[in-house]
Amino acid sequence: MTEPIVTTPLRERATNALGDRLLHEALDIATTRFITLRREAFDDFPEGEQLRDRARAIKEATLQRLDTYLEMLVANVERLGGHVHFAATAEEARDIVLGIARRTGARMAVKSKSMATEEIHLNDALQAIGVTPVETDLGEYIIQLAHERPSHIIAPAIHKTKGQVAELFSRELGRPGLPADPEVLTKIAREELREKFLQADLGITGANFAVADTGTVVLVTNEGNGRMATSLPRVHVAVMGVEKVIPSMTDLAVFLAILAKSATGQKLSVYTTLVQGPRRPGELEGPDEFHLVLLDNGRIAQIGGTLRESLYCLRCGACLNVCPVYRQIGGHAYGYTYPGPIGILLTAMINGPGSVKDLAHASSLCGACAEACPVRIDIPRMLIELRREMDARRIAPWTERVVFKTFARILRSPWLYRVGARIGRIAQRPFVRDGGIRALPFFFGHWTRTRDLPPMSARTFQERWRDL
Amino acid sequence: MTGEHARPGAASASTAAPRRAALMITCLADMFYPEVGERIVRLLRRLGVEVTLPPGQTCCGLPLFNSGYHDEAAAVAQRTVALFREDEAVIVPSGSCAWMVKHEYPGLLRGSADAAAAERLAERTWEFSQFLVRRLGHTAFETDVQGPLAYHDSCHLLRGLHEGIAPRTLLSHLAGAQVVPLPGSDECCGFGGSFSVRLPEVSTSILDRKLANLEASGARCLVACDAGCLMQIRGGLARRNSPLRALHLAEVLK
Repeated sequence: MTEPIVTTPLRERATNALGDRLLHEALDIATTRFITLRREAFDDFPEGEQLRDRARAIKEATLQRLDTYLEMLVANVERLGGHVHFAATAEEARDIVLGIARRTGARMAVKSKSMATEEIHLNDALQAIGVTPVETDLGEYIIQLAHERPSHIIAPAIHKTKGQVAELFSRELGRPGLPADPEVLTKIAREELREKFLQADLGITGANFAVADTGTVVLVTNEGNGRMATSLPRVHVAVMGVEKVIPSMTDLAVFLAILAKSATGQKLSVYTTLVQGPRRPGELEGPDEFHLVLLDNGRIAQIGGTLRESLYCLRCGACLNVCPVYRQIGGHAYGYTYPGPIGILLTAMINGPGSVKDLAHASSLCGACAEACPVRIDIPRMLIELRREMDARRIAPWTERVVFKTFARILRSPWLYRVGARIGRIAQRPFVRDGGIRALPFFFGHWTRTRDLPPMSARTFQERWRDL
Repeated sequence: MTGEHARPGAASASTAAPRRAALMITCLADMFYPEVGERIVRLLRRLGVEVTLPPGQTCCGLPLFNSGYHDEAAAVAQRTVALFREDEAVIVPSGSCAWMVKHEYPGLLRGSADAAAAERLAERTWEFSQFLVRRLGHTAFETDVQGPLAYHDSCHLLRGLHEGIAPRTLLSHLAGAQVVPLPGSDECCGFGGSFSVRLPEVSTSILDRKLANLEASGARCLVACDAGCLMQIRGGLARRNSPLRALHLAEVLK
């Protein structure tokens, strides 16, 4: 358990998000663009479908021998002069990074975008020991200035319009009157960050992949900040989930061919940074120390668990962009580090099924996520599995369980089904107006507040059958 | 999507078209949209198919399954499998229910005495448009519906059964009808069974998007192959007093 359980009910969080007009506008523009770019990228890439199957197969095969590949990775990182740490929990991961920061006397850490460090809530912990974390990915920089958390896996500030960013920069950076022009704003962020890169003693990154047989940590970025964070500061710490290990460079080529296309519709991201240990004798650039923190935090238990397939995830965000629920409510309403359909599964993995009691139902099971996923993770099936666990472990409210079990009893008996239909027809009478039902009391109002309900037919099809 | 997809007759040419088919009416069509069932029966009879209705039908159990009540769903599946044990072809008016029978029944009943029967039922079950196009090889129909039509892909039919072509083939072959593309036709309408009442505001917000796309399409009538989507979309249109309509494919074909 690493994250505090969100107590505001999901429905309230979602409704608040729906009421935010700017959020709606920003999400609609960004997700629509992502969907179009992704579609175009794969339309131009006929071998993409086969590579997706291949990537999935690699992930599966790697999971089956995860211990072997992790041992290989550790041996190779150490051979290159790096240090490897294993963290069973978020607390352990934080302590490892804090230990490194203390020992090296770090005062400032530049961070390249990393969901793993969000997952372990590293920034607050760094701040608490007097190390200033500076997010250097533009989106992350924006939300750090706004004291928020990412609302998307690859586009953390997706929920903000350019107008909001201009206001934020004007206020927080003491530069009043900035225009809502992305180019101007980017230039300002770059000026601010350049200073930080030169001052920082610690570079903290995540990792998109780690190649076992070479000990290479791979970062995929678009702004070059990953390269700066891994080469300028004295110490580089990479934090990654254990499932990010892949066997070889050949495998890496498969993933790189589909990752950026799925994420942003680019053929490749602008920068693909390959890190092999600290600076070696004779090299001009690179850190004195390199640390790799391997994070479990609930992952290893799922190798044999119901959420196994979610360990294939490349964190591309494609499932968020196509999810009708995410597109309406955005990432913050989910309440935890990882939003969207895959986020529900990852939240359950990290914080236990009880944390997604409501979130497991934040999906119409439309299947768009599974279709967009580059490694074809069957997200809807696992959401259903989580729901099954809610019943089996009695996490679901007893009222709901009684309702569904009664419903099941009715469906097993044609006699009860007929009686139920008759009762329904009588009970609906006071509410039918002009052939429709516009308002119903109690629970049924959840439908009729926004939609009409058709009245039940005076005779069911089965009752009409003998006259047909 | 036009004629180039319309050669499904070739696929089923080797197997003779069935003379008898059983209708799995499904709970929503039985109780709310019986006229859809009537249209299907009349249409099939006109094509020379004798339609039967195994008595004592209730629901396929999909709402139970999707909410995680799998033992209960398996008990319902077992009943349904027994009801349709003898039928050569089973026709379902909703893609989601067809998906439940075809994709989930075998898994739910695996290892039970009904496992083999569930597999057989899965093979013989057809969503309505698929039955017409892929099993009967019949695509020429007429329509009384006026004004341009737009097709909405139901999620389970499109992504579960991978069927986006059969319904479009039928619509594009309709004499005199104009079919217009629906922007975001493959996007969910927001129904999602119990999702529609668990998160009603989100469900409705998703629906708003679907209805805006319908309005933008210029169609007078949306056509779908799932009673769940129709309940959601019609519910939204009625609430807005919209002049637009939403019909089941069977209500369009004549």
